[in-house]
Order: sequence, then C-alpha cells, then structure tokens
Amino acid sequence: MGSLKIENVKKAFGPVEVLKGIDLQVNDGEFVVFVGPSGCGKSTLLRVIAGLEDSTSGRVLIDGADVSVTPPAKRGIAMVFQTYALYPHLTVKNNMALGLKQAGTPAAEIERRIKIASAMLSLDPYLERRPAELSGGQRQRVAIGRAVVREPKLFLFDEPLSNLDAALRVNTRLEIAQLHRRLKATMIYVTHDQVEAMTLADKIVVLNAGRIEQIGSPMELYNSPANEFVAGFIGSPKMNFIDGARLGETARTIGVRPEHLTVDAKSGAWKGTVVHAEHLGADTNLYLDCEKAGLITVRIFGVYNAEPGATLYATPDAAKTYRFGADGKVLK
Amino acid sequence: MSTATRSLPRTIGAHAILITYTVIALFPVILVVMNSFKSRAGIFGAPLTPPTTKTFDLIGYTTVFGQGDFFHYFQNSLVVTVASLFFVLLFGAMAAFALSEYRFRGNTLMGLYLALGIMIPIRLGTVAILQLMVASGLVNTLTALILVYTAQGLPLAIFILSEFMKQVSNDLKNAGRIDGLSEYTIFFRLVLPLVRPAMATVAVFTMIPIWNDLWFPLILAPSEETKTVTLGAQLFLGQFVTNWNAILAALSLAILPVLILYVIFSRQLIRGITSGAVK
Ligand SMILES: Nc1ncnc2c1ncn2[C@@H]1O[C@H](COP(=O)(O)OP(=O)(O)OP(=O)(O)O)[C@@H](O)[C@H]1O
Ligand SMILES: [Mg+2]
Repeated sequence: MGSLKIENVKKAFGPVEVLKGIDLQVNDGEFVVFVGPSGCGKSTLLRVIAGLEDSTSGRVLIDGADVSVTPPAKRGIAMVFQTYALYPHLTVKNNMALGLKQAGTPAAEIERRIKIASAMLSLDPYLERRPAELSGGQRQRVAIGRAVVREPKLFLFDEPLSNLDAALRVNTRLEIAQLHRRLKATMIYVTHDQVEAMTLADKIVVLNAGRIEQIGSPMELYNSPANEFVAGFIGSPKMNFIDGARLGETARTIGVRPEHLTVDAKSGAWKGTVVHAEHLGADTNLYLDCEKAGLITVRIFGVYNAEPGATLYATPDAAKTYRFGADGKVLK
Repeated sequence: MSTATRSLPRTIGAHAILITYTVIALFPVILVVMNSFKSRAGIFGAPLTPPTTKTFDLIGYTTVFGQGDFFHYFQNSLVVTVASLFFVLLFGAMAAFALSEYRFRGNTLMGLYLALGIMIPIRLGTVAILQLMVASGLVNTLTALILVYTAQGLPLAIFILSEFMKQVSNDLKNAGRIDGLSEYTIFFRLVLPLVRPAMATVAVFTMIPIWNDLWFPLILAPSEETKTVTLGAQLFLGQFVTNWNAILAALSLAILPVLILYVIFSRQLIRGITSGAVK
C-alpha cells in the first residue's frame, strides 16, 4: 500500500501552464524528493496529488485507484505545510485529533495514536498547549504529528523545514529520516535545499518550468546528470560550465564540478589568477579567473593557502568532465 | 518608558492634540446629556452650564416615558439594528469568502458588482424600494427595514472582508480540507475567528448609520407599531413648539444601546489594530 502513479498531469491557471505533462511512478515505501527552482511547480504538483487543486488533464492514481474525484480527506494522504498551518484555537492534542474525529475514529483509538505519535516526536509536555505557546520547531513537530496520527498511505511534505533555523533544521531532518525508517510509509518531500534532497531521498525528481528534467537516486543525478540543468542544479558549489569553443571542443558546453579540479602552482591545463578564496575549514573554495576557461570555482579538500592575485594552474579530471550538446543534453 | 523613542515635548504635544480632539468630539454629546437633565428655563437660560439644584429637572425623561411608547421604539430600533447587523455580517462574510477563496468565471466582475453599492447611495432608489415594499406587502413592518439595511450594509462589508480573507493562510484552509472539514466548517471555525477584528470594524461601520437613520423608518415603517427611536423622537419636534426637554432626553437614551454595542465590538477592534504589529 502507498504507491503513487501520475500520468501526464497538466495544470494551467488561466492561460499560464504551470505543469506541462508530468509522468511519475512512486513505489510503496519510497522517499521521493521534488527539487527545482522557485516557481517551477513543485507545490502545485503536490497539491494536485493531495487533491487540493484539480489537474487540468491527466490522472493521479494512489494504490492503482484513480483518485481524480476523491476529496483530499479520503485519499489516504497527510500533508505537512511550510507554514505549519496548525489550528490556532485548538490544543496540540486536539490539533492532532481533529482529522481522526472527523473521520469517525473511536475515541480510544484516537488516544492510542496520539500517544504513539507524541512519544515519537517528544511532544508529551506540550499536549495541552495551543500553537501560539510553542516554538517554531515544536510547531513543526506538531504538524508532523498531525500527519502521523492519520496513518496515511502517503505523506506529503511541502518545504517543512524552511522556516526553521539551521540547527533545528538538521535535527528535524534526522527526525523525518527516522520517521520514514520506522513507519516505512511512502513520502513525497518538496525542498529547495540540496542537502535535504541528497540526504533524505531514495529518489530525486528534478523539476524545471513545469517539466521533469530527470528522475534518479541522488548518486545517479550527481554522477550522470542527463542535461545541463540537472548538472548545474545538483551539487554545491555549482558545476563549472565552460564554452566548448574556447577550449577547442566540438561540444557546446563543457561541465566540470569544482571538486573534480586540481590546482598546481607550476603547471596544469588552465592558467588563471586567484580572484577570491573561501576558507571553510574542511574545504577551501577558490575562484580562479582562467585565460582559457573564464571564471571557475575549484573546491579543494582541507586547507589551501592562496592569496588573491596569485597565479595557479587548474586541471580537470578528464574522467569526470561532462560534455553537453547544443540542446543541453549530455553527449555520450 | 524608554527615552530613546519618546521626548517630553513630543509626548505633551501629542496629548494636547488628542485631548483637544476628544473635547471637540465629545462636546455636543455632553451638551445633549447635560441639558437633558435641566428644566426648560435652564436649557434656554444657560445652555452651557451643568445642571444646578435650581435648574435640575427630570421633566424630559418623565415626558419620554409617559408619552408615546418609547420602550417599544427602543425595542424596534434594537431589533432592526441587531438583525440587520447579523445578516450583513453573515452574508457579507460568506460572499467575501467565496470571492476570495474560489476561482470561478466572473469572480472579479462579481466582486466589482457587489462593491458598486459603496459608491451609489441606496436612498436614490427610495421610490423603487417603496413600490417594491408596497407590492410585497411589507410596508410598516420591521422586515422592510431589515431588508433595506442589509442591502445597504453589504457592499462595504464584502469589500473589507474579502480583502482580509485573502490574507488568511491558504495552508490552514488546506490543512482543514485534508482533515476532512467541510467548506462550512472551514469558514465558520477556521476563517471567521481569524478575521474577527475585521468583522468588528464592519459591525461598527454598519451599526451606527442604521441606528441613526431617520429616512427609511419615516418612509417604510412610520406606523406606531414599527417606529424606531429616531422616528419616535420626532414626536416632540413640532412645527411651532418643540419639546426640547423630551428630545434631549430621548437622544441621551438613544446613545446608550449603541454605546454598549460599540464597547463590545471595540474590544475586538483594538486587538485587530495591534495584531499585525505585535506578532
Ligand atoms: N493560484 C494560482 N493562480 C495563478 N498562478 C499560480 C497559482 N498558484 C501558483 N501559481 C503559479 O504557478 C507557478 C508554480 O507555483 P508553485 O507554488 O507550484 O511553485 P514552487 O515550485 O512550489 O515554488 P517555490 O519553490 O517558490 O515554493 C508559479 O509561477 C506561480 O506563480
Ligand atoms: Mg512551493
């Protein structure tokens, strides 16, 4: 239970086409992450899956059943929102209980599920409080708890961590990962954050302007991006793109990740001057202005001392260099 | 009080302006109330002095309570105001919710149409309204007044409330939908409590013109049975002799109910004004 299939889903708001034909298969128990630039339609797709928005055409199937005319509450889903969206007039306990009460679940069963969820998310001390009396992290945990008690086939998360501070984000991320392991439920998760996507996902779906650019495991996307967009989107710092003509290559663009470049003070493929150096402790990012390749980023593991203005030679790892054709697709 | 943001001269200046304004605004009200406790000679002899033992007289109040059925007029006014207010708020909020929440063909046009009433005074349609009421046999009923006042209050209510409802978090409504709440429950339990300050504002703006109106009671419901307070007070306003004691007493009494309603709503109002600032 808990598989999802999306067939050629399109969504338009008036004349504006936001989703331009999405096909996707999510298997039972999978953790799927949607990533993409702002405004590419991630939330819209999630809302179509939830039934909060009708698709203009196409079908959504949950467990093989077409849910096009099923209201959100009957789809066996639960959703966690970026803004928490807790009911301000209800206590934490009642926030979690409302959906179950609405579905006519017996009181004893509601009690049991709330107990399990609140233990899982360490919410016990707050059960009688109202949302206004909780911190941001606690609120988000309540929102997750509200989803958990429904025991849904499918969890939908819309950027659940983006309103939290960095430390809390790491903690809550871990909690979500543990939750997935424990419940073995299917989860769909929307995020802007590279790290969240790479660490949580079984499968990442890269969206751009209402289309799916590529679907694959984090390592597949990192190691063999299908096109320039995915190559640039996955990985941080971003991949260097160099005009093929400047390097005397037939491919339109040459891509090489900052971590796949080595530098040397005396010799190498591309001669350049250091523009700026960022020292992060564990690694160092160098910005080099190269004669042949233009401005590139080089990521060096560990500490590397380089003064701005110094001359360095950068050499790409030939095995890990990507060649993109005129249509942006990877050339084999 | 922090000294960084306030200086003494500024504070004094601000208070001086506010106090002056308060005095100007309250002066007529105080004058009315004061003189309502004076004898006729007292009112004309020294209108600006408070009642003294010599001029103190309750003749106005005894006239009001003795003559005409003032308690009944009060009741009429209250019924009309509260009922109209209820319908304006209910239908206004519902229409505003529909306009702000659902995308349908002609949404914008419908919103404009509903807001048009703000700019067109309803009194322009008096003749047509009267014909309508005569045809439907509603002349001299409170229902007629309630219908007219509901129509009169709706445009502004819809306009203000739909702006506020647009600001209610979509996520919250969607969370409700996923939890299986009906659209009605979402409207009454989630959205309405969040726009309560706006509702209070609308309530005050709607209530006062209705309570004070003379025009429609005079035209649509002048019978003894359906007279409102403002109309009832006209009883003492003759072409040759005016019973000032009674008029002032009636007006003073008429202030009370609106004052009470206003106090109820203003608690919400103040919360509304500060809610955005201290989040
Ligand atoms: N109700 C709506 N009416 C019209 N256009 C809309 C509506 N909702 C979303 N859009 C448009 O659809 C596009 C996709 O929106 P969506 O919220 O799905 O983006 P997103 O990928 O979630 O972006 P973000 O990462 O910023 O949350 C946007 O260009 C947006 O302007
Ligand atoms: Mg979004």
